[in-house]
Amino acid sequence: MRRTLLILLGCAVLGAALGWVLTRPDPLEPNYAQGLTPDPQAGALIFAAGGCVSCHAVPKSEDEAQLVLAGGLAFPSKFGTFYAPNISPDPEQGIGTWTLPQFARAVTRGVSPEGQHYYPAFPYTAYGHLAPQDVANLFAYMQSLPASDTPSQAHEVGFPFNIRRSLGMWKLLFADDDYVLSGDHDAEVLRGRYLAEGLAHCGECHTPRNALGALDRSAWLTGAPNPSGKGKIPGITPAQLEWSKVDLVEYFTSGFTPEYDSAGGEMAEVVRNLSQLPESDRAAIAAYLKALPGD
Amino acid sequence: MYLTKSISAISLGALLIATTGFAASHSDKAAKAAVGARHAQMQIIAYHTGILGGMAKGEAEYDAEKAKAAASNLHAAAMLDPSTMWVEGTENGMVEGSDAKPEVWTDAEGFASKLENLQTASAAMMDAAGTDLDALKASMGNLGKACGACHDDYRVPKN
Repeated sequence: MRRTLLILLGCAVLGAALGWVLTRPDPLEPNYAQGLTPDPQAGALIFAAGGCVSCHAVPKSEDEAQLVLAGGLAFPSKFGTFYAPNISPDPEQGIGTWTLPQFARAVTRGVSPEGQHYYPAFPYTAYGHLAPQDVANLFAYMQSLPASDTPSQAHEVGFPFNIRRSLGMWKLLFADDDYVLSGDHDAEVLRGRYLAEGLAHCGECHTPRNALGALDRSAWLTGAPNPSGKGKIPGITPAQLEWSKVDLVEYFTSGFTPEYDSAGGEMAEVVRNLSQLPESDRAAIAAYLKALPGD
Repeated sequence: MYLTKSISAISLGALLIATTGFAASHSDKAAKAAVGARHAQMQIIAYHTGILGGMAKGEAEYDAEKAKAAASNLHAAAMLDPSTMWVEGTENGMVEGSDAKPEVWTDAEGFASKLENLQTASAAMMDAAGTDLDALKASMGNLGKACGACHDDYRVPKN
């Protein structure tokens, strides 16, 4: 009896230790992007493609004011309400004192400089595809933006989701470094995949989620309920969207659908971001969507 | 005597109900007509944007005269005085088919400024459309932004 108890206790301790190790945040890579020269101008395009403004700008701000990334936008979910933080270069309230390796770990691995997991409302599973040069360019650009001393708002998340360490398990289960679209593809489709699955994180809205809020990769881009509770975000695979490649490029450029209606809601903001990219990038995203299975 | 009085009262009541009913259906009809007129305006804008868009996409050959005519009709539709069509009480939920958010009226100033942006974009398109294809293409983006910005704030989501 005493022996059984001891074995059980041993298992529990081992299990807890294993869990602790497995849920540990990814370590900092102090040599990240070393030897690369950051180009802030190129970073402006990464910034646009990544849609940073759509979440981190002050809600309802427009034009130039959108470049003040003071945050504050609320993201209601069944796990609680998340608030976009201040990521302006303010040294106190923003990310002004961050190093490039810290920034890279935050954006591509979802870990704060303090070593805490971020909630996946921040699409780091998508940004994980980012190339170090692009991360370096993005960081250089963002550090050139205006600072704001507005403090970030705390998330309103209940137990057990308020235990950050549990996000380590979430990452273990759901963060996948592989692309969803596999197989051989031409350079344009591959560029489109980098943009659509990575930077532009299309899947975050257009792919349904499971009970734990992770993307269902088997139903990639086939549409999902709108988190606002109203309506549905459309599927955009060839099976669901019969737009031609030219139609898609026009939509990403001007927001006009083939019927000359205009993009609405969050997608209007996405179009504002995509329209800043070179036309070749918009064509690449269109080529990627056309290459998805389901035609 | 009593009977006559009662009949009169009943008739008066019936008349009142009938009148109220008529008034309601009358204003209902007027509200529906206003929404219909807005949709017609949007359709005229979309139709002419389609002519310009077809050229921008390369689906139709660029024709300066046709492009100019399309842009000028589009601009004319954008310049229609909104006060006759955007009447109060015709927001989404109040009138069948209306997608207008209540903000059209509660934030009238913002709505007016979005309309002004459209008029600026459609005026610029009038100049650009007849110039050449590149100018037309460049103007499409601003036109789309003007449409999108207003729909974003003042139209209920489609799906």
